[in-house]
Amino acid sequence: MTDMTMPSRAVPSSEDIETAARAALARRKRLVVGLRVGILVAVLAGWEISTRLEWIDPFFFASPSGIFSQIAIWITDGTSQGPLWEQVLVTLEETVLGFLIGAVGGVACGILLGRNKLLADVFSIYIKIANSVPRVVLGSIFIIAFGLGMASKVALAVVMVFFVVFANAFQGVREADRAMIANAQILGASPVQITRTVIIPSAMSWILASLHVSFGFALVGAVVGEFLGAKKGIGLLISTAQGAFNANGVFAAMIILAVVALVVEFAITWVENHLVRWKPTPFHEQT
Amino acid sequence: MPLLTPSRDVQRPAAAGAAAPAIELVNVSRRFVTPEGKAMTALRDFDMVVGQGEFACVVGPTGCGKSTTLNLVTGLARPSAGEVRVMGQPVGGVDPGVGFVFQTDALFPWRSVLDNVAAGPLYRGVPRKEAYEKARDWIARVHLAKFEQHYPHQLSGGMRKRVALAQTFINEPKILLMDEPFSALDVQTRTLMQDELLALWSGTGASVVFVTHDLEEAVALADKVYVLTAGPATVKTVFNVDLPRPRVMSEIRYDQHFVEVCKVIWDALREEVQIGQQRTMDSGH
Ligand SMILES: Nc1ncnc2c1ncn2[C@@H]1O[C@H](COP(=O)(O)OP(=O)(O)O)[C@@H](O)[C@H]1O
Ligand SMILES: [Mg+2]
Repeated sequence: MTDMTMPSRAVPSSEDIETAARAALARRKRLVVGLRVGILVAVLAGWEISTRLEWIDPFFFASPSGIFSQIAIWITDGTSQGPLWEQVLVTLEETVLGFLIGAVGGVACGILLGRNKLLADVFSIYIKIANSVPRVVLGSIFIIAFGLGMASKVALAVVMVFFVVFANAFQGVREADRAMIANAQILGASPVQITRTVIIPSAMSWILASLHVSFGFALVGAVVGEFLGAKKGIGLLISTAQGAFNANGVFAAMIILAVVALVVEFAITWVENHLVRWKPTPFHEQT
Repeated sequence: MPLLTPSRDVQRPAAAGAAAPAIELVNVSRRFVTPEGKAMTALRDFDMVVGQGEFACVVGPTGCGKSTTLNLVTGLARPSAGEVRVMGQPVGGVDPGVGFVFQTDALFPWRSVLDNVAAGPLYRGVPRKEAYEKARDWIARVHLAKFEQHYPHQLSGGMRKRVALAQTFINEPKILLMDEPFSALDVQTRTLMQDELLALWSGTGASVVFVTHDLEEAVALADKVYVLTAGPATVKTVFNVDLPRPRVMSEIRYDQHFVEVCKVIWDALREEVQIGQQRTMDSGH
């Protein structure tokens, strides 16, 4: 039994191992963050220097300092179409409205068709056809139909969102567990109660997953709609800058758009985590 | 030895005359049409009578039609021919007096234990306060009082089955249908759950149909064991089991009489299991 008589001094205690592991983990994290910042700085510096030394033409390719001062001007003096915050708000409003209408419609239709086999069989063909039309093309039609105001952008955002959410809600309803439905039925649930307490919760993770991506789609819909023709919004900012050959303006608007998208993304993730509490933690998140 | 009576005549004598049997299947057949449009018969000329307060077990080879039989009693499926009666009335939809414990997990994963158990009364329009009081009571009876706020995924398989039992028993069913409820549990847990079931059932006066492929489980629990033929299922033989109650599951399996009963029933079942296995092997390419 030599194993049993090994001197215990030689074996590191589990505390030591844990401390070492934690230190290694922290080192690695610092390395990753450091490299990320380093790359960003290098790219921006390279870009700035190349334009300063006129290796590339800042007129076409903009420059970090130019983009930065453009954003600063927009913030302090406002844009040609009004204050910057107003543009952001208009785009956000279109996005949120389109998202809400599209999501509610998609969920409602998905549940209705998911619960009714006849409706599903009848309408599935039309939905396939409608879904195969590149949706951005519809933007032109909406601008003709609804004018340059907010309605046409909301409409485009709605169609961008609707099909994604619909498809997921429908699938979610179809995947609802047979035994669970039968269980509810025998426990005394009416069809409406089954839809409310079994079908919708079990489709919820599907629906939430689709909401996540479709908010991005709504933003795309709103911006593309503004791009095609509008009086206000970030999309118009881009198309105005493009029309004036203002490369700095295009990049500046893109950065503003990215910031908006990121903020919204965080908000959605937060909501998601608070809505689906009953789920087991995925393995990779367990420690 | 009159202790064990294979008989097709399962109608209870005079005493039962007043009250109709809890469950009656008279000459029932059930056919399915496969998606390819072919008809297949799952049940054929099926007769079954379960008296009030009786505990009947159904054994038969896998895929013979046991679950189909239970679905007919719930009213979730209709017979193709014959009649299914519950408490003397033809079944025409889900009967509020019926409870069902599923083989797979049929708990609602997004509801806590408390909300799962309260589901039945809430569906049936019992006021919230009363429903939750009742639910707490039933949760305590299955020894899960400390886990009221847990979600199903935080419980072990045996605990989830306890929740399922409480969820079913809270509706105080007159008819309790169970489809291989303990088959997914390990042997020790299963024995505990069987005791738990008998404790919950005794005194309720509920009639039970308990489907299982485990013959020993059937004999240990039942007043009466139905052996089905390999599909299409029909009743091969009915055995009355006269082991005295209350029964203790962890001890009954060493009881001499229990072993004898198992042997006799196994003789009837073995043949069908072999036919069933032969078929799976033939169709298994
Ligand atoms: N909804 C259905 N459609 C078609 N065939 C079915 C359906 N349900 C059950 N069956 C068939 O009926 C037979 C009996 O099934 P089941 O009652 O589930 O068997 P058991 O519960 O005894 O294992 C099987 O061959 C099965 O394939
Ligand atoms: Mg079955």
